[in-house]
Amino acid sequence: MNADHERLALLLCSSFIAVTLAITTWAGRKRRGSAEEFYTGGRLFTPMENGFAISGDYMSAASFLGISGLIALNGYDGMLYSVGFLVAWLVVLMLVAELVRNCGRFTLADVVAARMRERPVRIATGASSVTVSVLYLVAQMVGAGSLVALLLGGTGEAARTWTVIGVGALMVVYVSLGGMRATTWIQIVKAVLLLGGTLTLTALVLVRFHGDLDRLLRTAAERSGHGEAFLAPGLAYGGDWTSRVDFMSLGLALVLGTAGLPHILSRFYTVPTARAARRSAVWSIGLIGTFYLMTIVLGFGAAALVGPDAVRASNAAGNTAVPLLALDLGGGADSTGGTVLFAVVAAVAFATILAVVAGVTLASSASVAHDLYAGLRRPSGRRRGEVTVARIAAVGIGGVAIGLGLLARDLNVAFLVGLAFAVAASANLPVLLYTLFWRGFTTRGAVWAVYGGLVPAVVLVLLSPVVSGSPQSLFPGADFHLFPLQNPGLISIPLGFAAGWIGTVTSAEPPDEARHAEVEVRSLTGAGAV
Amino acid sequence: MQPSNDLHHAAGGGPARTAGHTAGRGRALAEAPADPGYDDPWYDALASNWGEAAAPGGPAAAVPSTRPDREPPAPRGTADVYLEVQRSTAFQEVRARYRRFVVPAVTGFFLWYVAYVVAATAAPGLMARPVAGAVNVAMVAGLGQFLTTFLLTWAYARHARLRRDRAALDLRWDTQELTRGLQSGAS
Repeated sequence: MNADHERLALLLCSSFIAVTLAITTWAGRKRRGSAEEFYTGGRLFTPMENGFAISGDYMSAASFLGISGLIALNGYDGMLYSVGFLVAWLVVLMLVAELVRNCGRFTLADVVAARMRERPVRIATGASSVTVSVLYLVAQMVGAGSLVALLLGGTGEAARTWTVIGVGALMVVYVSLGGMRATTWIQIVKAVLLLGGTLTLTALVLVRFHGDLDRLLRTAAERSGHGEAFLAPGLAYGGDWTSRVDFMSLGLALVLGTAGLPHILSRFYTVPTARAARRSAVWSIGLIGTFYLMTIVLGFGAAALVGPDAVRASNAAGNTAVPLLALDLGGGADSTGGTVLFAVVAAVAFATILAVVAGVTLASSASVAHDLYAGLRRPSGRRRGEVTVARIAAVGIGGVAIGLGLLARDLNVAFLVGLAFAVAASANLPVLLYTLFWRGFTTRGAVWAVYGGLVPAVVLVLLSPVVSGSPQSLFPGADFHLFPLQNPGLISIPLGFAAGWIGTVTSAEPPDEARHAEVEVRSLTGAGAV
Repeated sequence: MQPSNDLHHAAGGGPARTAGHTAGRGRALAEAPADPGYDDPWYDALASNWGEAAAPGGPAAAVPSTRPDREPPAPRGTADVYLEVQRSTAFQEVRARYRRFVVPAVTGFFLWYVAYVVAATAAPGLMARPVAGAVNVAMVAGLGQFLTTFLLTWAYARHARLRRDRAALDLRWDTQELTRGLQSGAS
């Protein structure tokens, strides 16, 4: 990766930053300072725009580079991730999107608070939403540091530190100055760039193999050195039973977690009606599904054209598989085509990270200002103040993310994304589904469902091998691991549902029939929706 | 009474219902005297509500709210509207249509996904069986997951568009009219 690549990649990244800042200025000038404007961009996006923005929010650099890299190294087992990430959208489409759009205003807590005593449920769901967002954010920040170091050649500590600080500062600027309108347009631009880049590379791979997918798979299998086993599951997760159960746990968290991610739920408030929310979910399923199908081709293409050994030599986790593939498809390391394609991939990956962190920061600032702050302070006269609080929260969350990102810079934080999904599935999904579908659900049940999923998920991870007790742990020196699995979902998701049920059946107050009727009627008809 | 009758008609408001909203209302009004629905609880509760709301300076004078997350709890009037709408046949039909599609669909795709993940991790031998060329069972199952996701998305969107949207929209306007009626009657 010579100076030409870096210069061109830096140029493309800088122009993306320039475009996004221009969007932020434009969106900031049009704002009127209302909470409606800040959190939802005025609810006037079309389903297609929102569909692109949702896929922009969802397709992180971890999917683009990580899943393709996993496939390039481990073959079929990498595909398991993309299936989980996609099927999860059926839960969002059928059970969540329309109903949440109809019942809530800005956050997940709005839906629950429509039926329950407001303070306790706002504090609980606000806390779990912020936890999910911060976990997700730190993973992205650390990823950004190492990615930029990898792609732009800045291998020094200083380059990574400044990348983390720069990404954090940019996301704070986008969110606090531009609100949801700027964030949405940044997501849309990023989604178009990412899909365009992926489509180009996929087309080039297919052209290289004359459209013969069978030959692509065979070449990949031969080149991998594993033969037919490369095309079947088992290379990465087929070891002992602990690792197999571990993957089942991860798979469960992936498929159930998406519907509890705050930054995904808040996107459905940016369209005018539930029907538009459904159509944006349909758009995003189409875009995300196409994208994951293409990452499969790219992964096997990288295995066939670059070879797993070369990929592993460049980056042990496989994150450089797609950039190396781009270099090869463009004509090699010294050709103009290779330079251009490599720079494009690097810029797209950078754009991806910036857009994802902006979306997550906005959602968590909404949770802080609209749920935690509103739940913990006196509710008088904060109509104007709420947006100010949200802007300050965005700055604060940016600071926390930068700080944690720098602290965790040298740690292996790949588990954080999985943990964010597991917490979302254990703490947010049970309370959401019970609120929408269970007549007898009570306030105590809601609070228990949130903490009953959140606490086990976090505690199990603290006691798992990802934190201590193995050479790859966060603290390799210590050993206090009691829980064998790396992914807590298999235990914590049922616990979240069970805690909500136990809390409900043991609560003294009867369920409020009238407010249940209101939530049910509003969720299915859209009556009284804002 | 007017919205009540309209709601009653919305019960049949499926895809075949092509008459516009106002047309439906006119028909409802015309048929009102002969409508046997007077003795249903839906009508009774509404009648009492309208009376209450019309009473000047009564306890219902506060502005009812449709935003329970911000304003103080709604007065009985609005709560009753939602309870009655929930009990109406029109709403129960919409809810039944939603559940009849979603419950089997969610159960189906969730079990299919769990079976896929369990087979991939617990029975890699089975998944490695060749089907055609380099394609094996695992590849077919994985692409099958993509295919079923796309198909279910299409089917759900179609079902919602043809079987629920119109009836839900009618219910939405009727419910909002009822709550608004309470508001304007009270003030």
